[in-house]
Amino acid sequence: MKKTEPLIFELSRPGRGATAQHPPAAEAALPAALRRRRRLALPEVSELQAVRHYTRLSQLNFGIDTQFYPLGSCTMKYNPRACNAVAMLPGFVGRHPLAPAATGQGFMACLFELQEMLRQVTGMQAVSLTPMAGAQGEFAGVAMIRAYHRARGDGARNEIIVPDAAHGTNPATASMCGMKVREIASRPDGDVDLAALGQALSPATAGIMLTNPSTLGVFERNIVEIERRVHAAGGLLYYDGANLNAILGKVRPGDMGFDVIHMNLHKTFSTPHGGGGPGSGAVGVGPRLAPFLPVPVVARDGGRYRWLDERDLPQSIGRLSGFMGNAGVLLRAWAYMRILGAAGMRRVAEYSTLNANYLLARLIEAGFEAAYPGRRASHEFIVTLKRQARETGANAMDFAKRLLDHGYHAPTTYFPLLVPECLLIEPTETETKEELDGFVEALAAILREAATDVATLKSAPHTMPVRRLDDVRAARQLDVSWKPAAA
Amino acid sequence: MSEIPADLRYTKSHEWVRTLPDGSVEIGITDHAQHSLGDLVFVEVPQAGKQLAAGDACAVVESVKAASDVYSPVAGAVVAGNGELATQPELINQDPYGKGWILRLKPAAGAAVAGLLDAAAYSAVVAAAG
Amino acid sequence: MPYIPHTDADVRAMLDRIGVAGVEDLFDEIPKALRVDALPGVPEGLTEMDVGRLAAERAGADGSRLNFIGAGAYEHHIPAPVWQLVTRGEIYSAYTPYQAEASQGTLQIMYEYQSMITALTGMDVSNASLYDGASALAEACLMAVRAHRRSQSARILMPATVNPVWRRVARAISEGQGLVIEEIPYDPARGTTDLKSLERHAGSDVTALVVPQPNFFGQLEDADALTRWAHGNGALAIGAVNPVALALVAPPGEWGEGGADVAVGDGQPFGVPLSSGGPYVGFMTSRLEHVRQMPGRISGRTVDADGRTGYTLTLQAREQHIRRGKATSNICTNQGLLMTAATIHLALLGPVGLERVASACVARTRELVAALTAVPGVREAFAGPRFHEAALLLDRPVAPVLEALAADGIVGGHDLSRDYPELGHALLVCATETRTSADIERYARALRGLLGRQAAA
Repeated sequence: MKKTEPLIFELSRPGRGATAQHPPAAEAALPAALRRRRRLALPEVSELQAVRHYTRLSQLNFGIDTQFYPLGSCTMKYNPRACNAVAMLPGFVGRHPLAPAATGQGFMACLFELQEMLRQVTGMQAVSLTPMAGAQGEFAGVAMIRAYHRARGDGARNEIIVPDAAHGTNPATASMCGMKVREIASRPDGDVDLAALGQALSPATAGIMLTNPSTLGVFERNIVEIERRVHAAGGLLYYDGANLNAILGKVRPGDMGFDVIHMNLHKTFSTPHGGGGPGSGAVGVGPRLAPFLPVPVVARDGGRYRWLDERDLPQSIGRLSGFMGNAGVLLRAWAYMRILGAAGMRRVAEYSTLNANYLLARLIEAGFEAAYPGRRASHEFIVTLKRQARETGANAMDFAKRLLDHGYHAPTTYFPLLVPECLLIEPTETETKEELDGFVEALAAILREAATDVATLKSAPHTMPVRRLDDVRAARQLDVSWKPAAA
Repeated sequence: MSEIPADLRYTKSHEWVRTLPDGSVEIGITDHAQHSLGDLVFVEVPQAGKQLAAGDACAVVESVKAASDVYSPVAGAVVAGNGELATQPELINQDPYGKGWILRLKPAAGAAVAGLLDAAAYSAVVAAAG
Repeated sequence: MPYIPHTDADVRAMLDRIGVAGVEDLFDEIPKALRVDALPGVPEGLTEMDVGRLAAERAGADGSRLNFIGAGAYEHHIPAPVWQLVTRGEIYSAYTPYQAEASQGTLQIMYEYQSMITALTGMDVSNASLYDGASALAEACLMAVRAHRRSQSARILMPATVNPVWRRVARAISEGQGLVIEEIPYDPARGTTDLKSLERHAGSDVTALVVPQPNFFGQLEDADALTRWAHGNGALAIGAVNPVALALVAPPGEWGEGGADVAVGDGQPFGVPLSSGGPYVGFMTSRLEHVRQMPGRISGRTVDADGRTGYTLTLQAREQHIRRGKATSNICTNQGLLMTAATIHLALLGPVGLERVASACVARTRELVAALTAVPGVREAFAGPRFHEAALLLDRPVAPVLEALAADGIVGGHDLSRDYPELGHALLVCATETRTSADIERYARALRGLLGRQAAA
């Protein structure tokens, strides 16, 4: 993979074009004062040039379809092609979202079933599919918590408690909702520090945001006690569904006492990550928050489907998207859940957990150190390279870059922030034992290389289209768009 | 091993303070701090005239992988921010105690620079941080 | 076991290596009382064939109709290569390019997208997309408050001619941070923002004025005058634009004297199908001086250790994974797949193709308005230049007319009576390059039959 590709603009020649795509010329006849003055600097290329260019660019990427991609906390499992085929059916893909509901009953039937299935697997009372990403689901969740307290005349509750291991989105979301963030420490065994929680709880507590299993790759064993204390203090519990894959069909956030959950459909329900989106962040709520769900929500009335809007849910936190969220992603998640069914849901948790614990056991045998020894892995786990970094000078980033040369996408590095030199590894249930074994061998080879040839390791990767990039220069000499040379 | 000049005062959050002959103070981040942040790519300095309480966030230093607030070690009014840092954030990496100063402050009455850490006490803070 | 590759022998070997007797032992840290053994509400699994058939039946029942709605989502021709390329596994199944060396394809596409969007809008910098146009407008309002340090009011002036749903989304997303969004009425004759009513706010602390172009009625606003008003009154100007229109109409970067400060919109018209409502792709651009207040990912061009050109995520310290509670936004994903579709779409159209699409939109809409207003009982709501939508006034309630048209295979437009009750029986219609003269005649004939018949009845 040495080849790089010029910019599409560099392939451009004046007067060239993919003319099969151009409609006939028409007269717009707009007033001169309103018209564009500057030339439109889009590329002029043939159709073949464009197809070849973007095909070649795609070949510079790692994806799940080409490589093992154990990016912790991202659930990079196989995205079944069937789900894409369903979403691209002409009746779904060609329909305008504002067309009368009578012309979208098939589409709405799928969404209604998806709402129902998500309700069941989370143990929540009601679901809204509208948030367009996990972060927007988080926003919806915290906004609902805020609305709940205000509706009760308890507007002084303006603090959200977040464990230090949390995703950055958790505190960022709380800030976006106008909340103050109170961070609490985790114990050395990975569980929440109950004493710290006790100190953080107060009449200002609006709620707590928890990921369970946590980003440390372990199940929070004190969840029942945490639930009791937070509710007793008048706060609500928010479940960050980033790691729902680990417990699907085994234990439900609603049964743990959570009041609201967001689900990352692009993780647990295997819709494509698409190079960084679209995601989809459906939210589920318990009885306290049901009146505040974001709209629209699909309802079934006498065998017909319709959208519930602000008139049906007057206390709703409102709308978060131009229509009803990432509809095509929702259809893909629906297809995935229908193919898996109830038994398949449980297998997701079982085999992702089996793969993670197997990989952890093999890596420990190979000389790596678990960040939370003695704990079961969830569907992911953390290895710390603190010792290797001290002894050889090769750090987690070096190991990650060298893995690319071995044909594996790197795990998540340097997250969670509280574990030094960490690799957060999530194999997912769709990988074979052989693939995991190969990954262990690659990491073991890199470990040997750290002792024998650390220079090669520290300058990795060596086989990618580019070597390590100068990101300091990228930030200091900002170049974020191509400009015509003459301009 | 990072440099810790003996003639400056320090905070636990890795700011240094130098008292200037006119009674104003110059504030920056320590060599240890710039080293752990790595190559800086952006620095936001405060506008002159801004009033700060001790412990207020008064500037932001940003590297590729991290962003940190700089906290004012003492209360006072901002006399100047270091405008050079807008185009040359690397001055903090190259010369943290000199050209890499971040702001100058006229301390409020009773602001106690002397109460801050001395070089020996700050060395202990750095050593404890490992 | 769909998508799970384990053989019995694999499972046994793996459990032995872990040192447990069974898979259930791996869940022994979860309190027993919380465990569930079944999911009664979830149906049993189906094969791909069965799910495909069920979906095809439902999609088939929804059918296809001749569409004349825009109102924020527009039907355009999508070149065949776009989705064949977008669904290549290396694009479809990749994630955020955190490992730049293994993601040069995605990062270069982001850079090309940013370049195309800045070219189109005339702005300095673009991010690599946000969720959709509505949420992009909300983020633009929040960004303006951060960027405009001298303004203390967090007041945003929002014309009533901005898409009503976008206005609601802006309110829902910005409310927690205390933004005050005030509505500016429109001129009832022209359907454009009333400059006179803006004057009421002159001299007060306004953070930003939103400038829609074209506006929700399809009318072209005097964006120059609105931008000048904003800058003359110490406020930022936020453009909310249709990107296809910018091939013809002055882009935000050319408005007033120095251009708008921030400009957003929905990139759906570029290669993204209507798909019942999403996923679409929001775009966001700004002046260079505000780039650190911009949310969302940005790809930057740099060099590698050998001095070779490469691309990497840049200015990441603005983002939630580093700044946490102090980030510009909680956003982490962009709409990568749709951004890729938009990039390929624009590469295939080029400047000539896009200008032809835009011109055809204007011409087809002019033809549609002429054909429909020739039907007795239908007239134009507003005078003045427009892009590819028009508000029409009917002599009777719109909803029953739309239902009757739908039964005849025509999706006849968007009923404005809920969001703009003052207009009476108002209908918003749209024609893009995909509507032929025959399509337009068919709609006019059906409407004539319907209104004539019902009037006679």
